[in-house]
Amino acid sequence: MKHDHLALSNDILMQIEKPARYIGREYNSVTKDLSEVDVRFAMCFPDVYEIGMSHLGIQILYDMFNGMDGVWCERVYSPWLDLDAIMRREQIPLFALESQDPIKDFDFLGITIQYEMCYTNILQVLDLAQIPLLSKDRGNDVPIVIGGGPCTYNPEPIADFFDLFYIGEGETRYAELIALYRQHKKAGFDRQKFLREASHIPGMYVPSLYEVSYKEDGTLKAFTPLYDDVPATILKEVEMDLSNTYYPMKPLVPYVKITQDRVVLEIQRGCIRGCRFCQAGQLYRPVRERDLEKLKEYAVTMLKNTGHEELTLSSLSSSDYSHLPELIDYLIDECNKKHVNISLPSLRIDAFSLDVMSKVQDVKKSSLTFAPEAGSQRLRNVINKGLTEEIILKGAHLAFEGGWTRVKLYFMLGQPTETEEDIRGIAELCNKIAAEFFDTVPKEKRVNGRVQIVASTSFFVPKPFTPFQWAPQCTKEQFVEKAYITRKCISEQLNQKSIKYNWHEADASVMEGVLARGDRRLNEVILKVYQKGCFYDAWSEYYKHQVWLDTIAECGLTPEFYTSRPRSLDEIFPWDFIDAGVTKEFLKREWLKAQNETISENCKLKCQGCGAARFGGGICFEERSADHE
Amino acid sequence: MSDHLKLRIKFQKTGAIRYIGHLDVMRFFQKCLRRAEIDVCYTTGFSPHQILTFAAPLSVGLESYGEYMDVEVHSATNSADIVQRLNDASVPEIKIVSAKLLPEWAENAMASVAAARYFVTFVEDRIPNIFKADDDSIREALLAFLSKDSIPYVKESKKGTREVDLRPGIFELSWNNEEKGLEMLLDASSGENIKPSQVLNAFLGQWNESLIDNSLCITRLDVYTRNSPSEEGQAGDLLSMDDVGKEFSF
Repeated sequence: MKHDHLALSNDILMQIEKPARYIGREYNSVTKDLSEVDVRFAMCFPDVYEIGMSHLGIQILYDMFNGMDGVWCERVYSPWLDLDAIMRREQIPLFALESQDPIKDFDFLGITIQYEMCYTNILQVLDLAQIPLLSKDRGNDVPIVIGGGPCTYNPEPIADFFDLFYIGEGETRYAELIALYRQHKKAGFDRQKFLREASHIPGMYVPSLYEVSYKEDGTLKAFTPLYDDVPATILKEVEMDLSNTYYPMKPLVPYVKITQDRVVLEIQRGCIRGCRFCQAGQLYRPVRERDLEKLKEYAVTMLKNTGHEELTLSSLSSSDYSHLPELIDYLIDECNKKHVNISLPSLRIDAFSLDVMSKVQDVKKSSLTFAPEAGSQRLRNVINKGLTEEIILKGAHLAFEGGWTRVKLYFMLGQPTETEEDIRGIAELCNKIAAEFFDTVPKEKRVNGRVQIVASTSFFVPKPFTPFQWAPQCTKEQFVEKAYITRKCISEQLNQKSIKYNWHEADASVMEGVLARGDRRLNEVILKVYQKGCFYDAWSEYYKHQVWLDTIAECGLTPEFYTSRPRSLDEIFPWDFIDAGVTKEFLKREWLKAQNETISENCKLKCQGCGAARFGGGICFEERSADHE
Repeated sequence: MSDHLKLRIKFQKTGAIRYIGHLDVMRFFQKCLRRAEIDVCYTTGFSPHQILTFAAPLSVGLESYGEYMDVEVHSATNSADIVQRLNDASVPEIKIVSAKLLPEWAENAMASVAAARYFVTFVEDRIPNIFKADDDSIREALLAFLSKDSIPYVKESKKGTREVDLRPGIFELSWNNEEKGLEMLLDASSGENIKPSQVLNAFLGQWNESLIDNSLCITRLDVYTRNSPSEEGQAGDLLSMDDVGKEFSF
C-alpha cells in the first residue's frame, strides 16, 4: 500500500513525542502522481512543526508551486530533538512530509529564514538531509538550496550554506527560475552553469559569484561580482498587484495544535508608520492593500475549506487598512453565523476598535495591548513611534469605561539615545494608566477591585535596512542594568501593586545582534557552533551562550565589532549590495532626524521620499489625506 | 422534528493516521463537521463549541474499525447524506461508516462504553515463545488461562500502581488459526478498562515472559455498550454502539 508508506518505523514513531509532526497527510495537503512531476521542491521552515506550520508565507508558496504543472511542492520542518538524535544514530535521511521521500533526491530545497536564531537549524536540516553543508561541496545531483524571507536582506552570515537567495516576495520569479532549471536539466545539468544563469533573473543572489574584501579595521572594503554579467546590486522583488495573485484558498489543516491554528487573512503588506527600529516596516514597502471584496470572498472560502473555528487578520498595522470598518462588519456577521471566533491583532486602541473588540471577545477575560515601545515622548519621537501619552491615556480611559481591566504594554529597552529618564517614563506611564482606571471606574463598579497592567520589555537589536542600522547596540551589561532600572522605577510607583513587569533574557539578544548585522566571516562561526552541538537556539532552554562566545573568539572575531561598535555614515555594510527599495540616503536622513528627536509623518500624511515609489504602485500613488493621524 | 437530534457517527481510523492522538482526532472532527456543513448545536458565549462526545479514546498506534462520536444537531437530512458529506470533508484514513439517530433515552457515547473487541497480531521477530507453538497448544494455553478464577495484574499509571483482577473483564479470548492472531473482547468501561497488552502480559507472565516493546499490531474492531438489564442487578447484554441508533431520513 503506497499511501501507507512512512519514512519512520513504528518503533521510532512510538517512542517520539508527537509523531503526528512527521507523517504528513494533513487535510488539504497536496499529493501528486510522480509520473507527472519533473520538478520536486521541498519547502522548509527550520523550526519545529508547530511553528513552521503557522507561517502564512509557506502556505502561499505551497499553493503557488502546486498550482504549477509538473511541480510538486512538499514540506519539511526541523525534527524535534528526540527524533533528531534517532535520525543521526540510524542515519535516516530527512524526508518530506507528503511523499515521505528523502529531501536529497529533490530538485530544490527552499528554506524560509524568519529570524536569526534559526541559523543553526538550517545546518541541522541540511545535515539530516545528508546534503553537504557548504554550497561549494555540492555536486550536480544535490538539490539547489535556496533561501528566502526577511533574514535574507542580510544573507551574508549564512552565504556559504546557500546556492541561491531569492530576495523579496516569492510570488514573482519562481516560475522563471523553474523554467530555467528545466532548460538546464534537459541540456544535462551543470550546477555552476545553472547558478550563473539564475543570477541574471531579477531578485536572485548567488553568493558564490561575489568576492568580499575587508579593510584593516574589519569593515568591508569592497563587495564585487566575479564576472561582468553578474549584477552588482540585487533589487528586491515585490508583488505589486496583491489583489490578483496567489492566495491559498485551501490552506493545510494540521492534526496537532499549532501556534497559528486559524484562517489567516492577510489584508495588506507594508506599513505606513515608519518606526525607525522596525525592519518589516522598511522591507515591505510600499504599502499595498488587498481588495476588500476579494478579502470577503477569501474569508468565506477558507473557512469553508478548512473548518477552522477562528479567523485572524494579518498585517503590520491593521488599523491602517482603508476599508477596515467595512471588512470587520462583514466578518463579524459571517463569523457569528458560523460560530467562528475573530481575533484582531495590531489594532490601535480607539473608540472604533474598542467597539469592535467588545463584539468579538469577552471584555472581562481579554486584555488590551498598547505598544508605546518607549517610555517618554522624547524617545518616542526618536524612534518615530507616533503614539502619544494623550492617545494612550484616552484609549485606556475608553477601555476602562467599556469594562476592560487588563492592559498589556510593550516596550523596548536600549534604543538609541535612551537615558534613565526615558526608562523612568515606562514606569510612570504604567502608573498613569493605573491612575486612569481608578479615576474612570467608581469603586463599586470595580469587578476585581483593581486593574492589571503587564509591562513587558524586550531588548532592542538594530537591524539592516532601518534608520538604526548605524546605531550601536547595548552590551549585555547595559541591557541588564536597564531592566534593573525599569523594575526599580516600577516598584517606586504609587500603583505598583497593579503593575507586573516581564523582561527577556539579554544573552540571545546580543547574539541576534551579531548575526543581524554580520558579515561572511560569521559563516565559520555558525558552522563551528553547529558542529559543537548547538541548534534550536531560538528556544531559550537550548541556547548555549558560552559556546557562541567561545566560538566567536576562536574564529578571531568579537561580538562587539558587530553589536556595540559605532558605525560611520560612510561605512560599507555587508548588505549594501541589496536594494530593498528604500535608499541608503533616506535611511541616513531618518537616522539624523532621530538624533534630533524629529518625527517623520506617516506615508498617508506625507511622502518622505524613501525610494519605494520606484515600484510604481501602492500607497505612493494614492491621494494623501490630512485626516490620518 | 425536534430542535435537538443526537446522532451517532461510526468511523474507522487506519493507516498512518493511527499516530494521531485522541485529542487531535477530536479537533479533526470539529473541523470536519464544519467543512461538511453539518447543522451542529453549539454552546453559547464568546467561544462557542460543538456539543460532541467521543466513546473510548483510542491509544496512539492502534488502528480501529469501530470508533464512535455523538454529535447534537439542529437538523439532519438522512444517514447516507451525512456519511457522504463527512467523508467528502475527511481524509482517506479516517472513514465515516454510519450515521444513526439515537433514541432520546440513549446515554452519551463516553458514558455508555462497556466493552471493546480487538484483533491482535505480533510483529515478526517479536513473537513470544508460547505463540510460536502449534495452534492447538496455543488454544489450550488460552483455555487454561481463562479457566482461572482470578487473574491478578499490577496496573501501572501516573498515580502509582494498583493490583486488579483482570479475569472478570476478559469476556472473550481466542486464537485465530488463519490470521495467526488473537481476538479479545475486553471491559472498556471507565475505571475498569483493560488493554490487550495487559491481558497478554498477564498470560505470558505464567512463563515469566513479557511483551517486547512495540511487538503488537492491535486493531480495535468495535466498541460495545450494554442493553438495559431485564432484571435488577443483572448486567445487560453487550450491544454494538452502532446498534443503539437507527438509520434515518427526514
